[in-house]
Amino acid sequence: MQDLQKKILEILEEDDRTTPEEIATMLGVSANEVRAIIGQLEDNKTIVKYHALVNWEKTDADLVEALIEVQVTPEREFGFDTIAERIYRFPEVRSVFLMSGGYDLTVLVWGRSMKEVAYFVATKLSTLEHVQSTATHFILKKYKQEGVILEDKDVNQRLVVSP
Amino acid sequence: MNSLGFNPVSPLVRSIPPSGIRRFFDLVSEMDDVISLGVGEPDFVTPWRIREAAIYSLERGRTMYTSNYGLLELREAIAEDLAGRHNLSYDPKSEILITVGVSEAMDLVMRALLTPGDEVIIPEPCYVSYKPCTILAGGTPVVIPTRVEDGFRPTAEQIEAAISDKTRILILSYPNNPTGATMSAQELIPLTEVAQKHNLLVVADEIYDHLTYEGEHTSVAALPGMQERTILLNGFSKAYAMTGWRVGYAAANREIIGAMTKIHQYTMLCASIMGQNAALEALRHGAPERERMVTEYDQRRRLIVAGLCEAGLECFEPGGAFYVFPSIKATGMSSEEFCEKLLKQEKVAVVPGNAFGESGEGYIRCSYASSLQEIKEAIARISRFVKPYLD
Repeated sequence: MQDLQKKILEILEEDDRTTPEEIATMLGVSANEVRAIIGQLEDNKTIVKYHALVNWEKTDADLVEALIEVQVTPEREFGFDTIAERIYRFPEVRSVFLMSGGYDLTVLVWGRSMKEVAYFVATKLSTLEHVQSTATHFILKKYKQEGVILEDKDVNQRLVVSP
Repeated sequence: MNSLGFNPVSPLVRSIPPSGIRRFFDLVSEMDDVISLGVGEPDFVTPWRIREAAIYSLERGRTMYTSNYGLLELREAIAEDLAGRHNLSYDPKSEILITVGVSEAMDLVMRALLTPGDEVIIPEPCYVSYKPCTILAGGTPVVIPTRVEDGFRPTAEQIEAAISDKTRILILSYPNNPTGATMSAQELIPLTEVAQKHNLLVVADEIYDHLTYEGEHTSVAALPGMQERTILLNGFSKAYAMTGWRVGYAAANREIIGAMTKIHQYTMLCASIMGQNAALEALRHGAPERERMVTEYDQRRRLIVAGLCEAGLECFEPGGAFYVFPSIKATGMSSEEFCEKLLKQEKVAVVPGNAFGESGEGYIRCSYASSLQEIKEAIARISRFVKPYLD
């Protein structure tokens, strides 16, 4: 069961358009069983969302993304969680991770320009109570994201027919 | 005729028909946007870890000849692998030879073991090189047609019936290209008993061994009384997606490996050191990537078999390799006619079954070493194509 769950998740993570019927065939189980498991996984938020991985650089959208190192003073009783929540509730914030090492939170922020991102950090993020310091790093180019090489140069060079 | 006034090609080579795949390859090459299920190699690129190790070995200047037998480290790793997986014991110094793919190993075996007139029993459909290698070494191929009713496995009776006093070698290649048939220990033992009874050598081409989806692969050499009379051929092309590196090996007793090495040292000298270093990395650290690929092949296998069955084609359930071999007899077309029409109408390339021997007539080989998206699209096109013929 656990194993089946894991296999279903791996298939969906690779391509969430794979239908329950296809998954059932691929794994040699019934479609109903697959549907039931996916339902459970959606209900308990193991599957959080289905989305496309977009390479925005290919579009003309004005998008700037920055990685911000944030040092905070953890709050009594709540530790890092409440401060993290105050940060991740901003729609500008794409991701928030608690880190080990030299700083506490990694915050990924989106904006339409460097100025907009910098403004958000200066006015919203660094002014938060418990935030000690921030260091903003703008992302210049994405090579690989979520396990996918964005501009894969490994094109298929196989002969079209071989023995 | 040429201006020489005579045909410079030896009668022996003239007697070998060109590969049945060649003509089809030319046809496909002229077309654009073809989905090809005709490819006999993984769609994965060699795992980066292996490529990176090869790059490193080049940076370190490892660009020389190796021993004729191949890098000792690699032979030791192979011996360890065979011991671990099949409980086989080979001396890496004298019983393993690194070759330029199983293709070279097959040629060496035939030349090292055959006396003109010797007969080689070849179950078909099978890989395209067994017959030509036999003929080029002066041997006579004796073909056994396997049947779908027998799961494309030769029977002990068929082999018995094919044996004459000139029979020297039996070729066994499981998991099989093109049928995807596998053979369990239980199924192999009656055959190996025939081989022992008639004192035959067995050439076991087990290049697809890791791509076994139902149960575990059994090596012919590991069966009772078989190691001494088996020449085990294997390599890295399929399991580690390393076709272009051209690294394979033969494992057999000292006498046979010595004879093969004699030919190898004069004709090939050694397999490329870059390829050998990459193969070493594959054996040492390639298992996780290999397993990932095998899992994916297995999922695609189930999908393509179900899809072809749904399209109305009778489909033998393959237990290994990355091929399905459905029957197209119900369409009333010959294999070649089917493949040509499918290619022209729907732009899907598959290989006519008769390219792998006469008994492959009425079948097509579809490789599922393609992405899921391509496989799904190909199945949709094949379904559309066969529908009017089956209604």
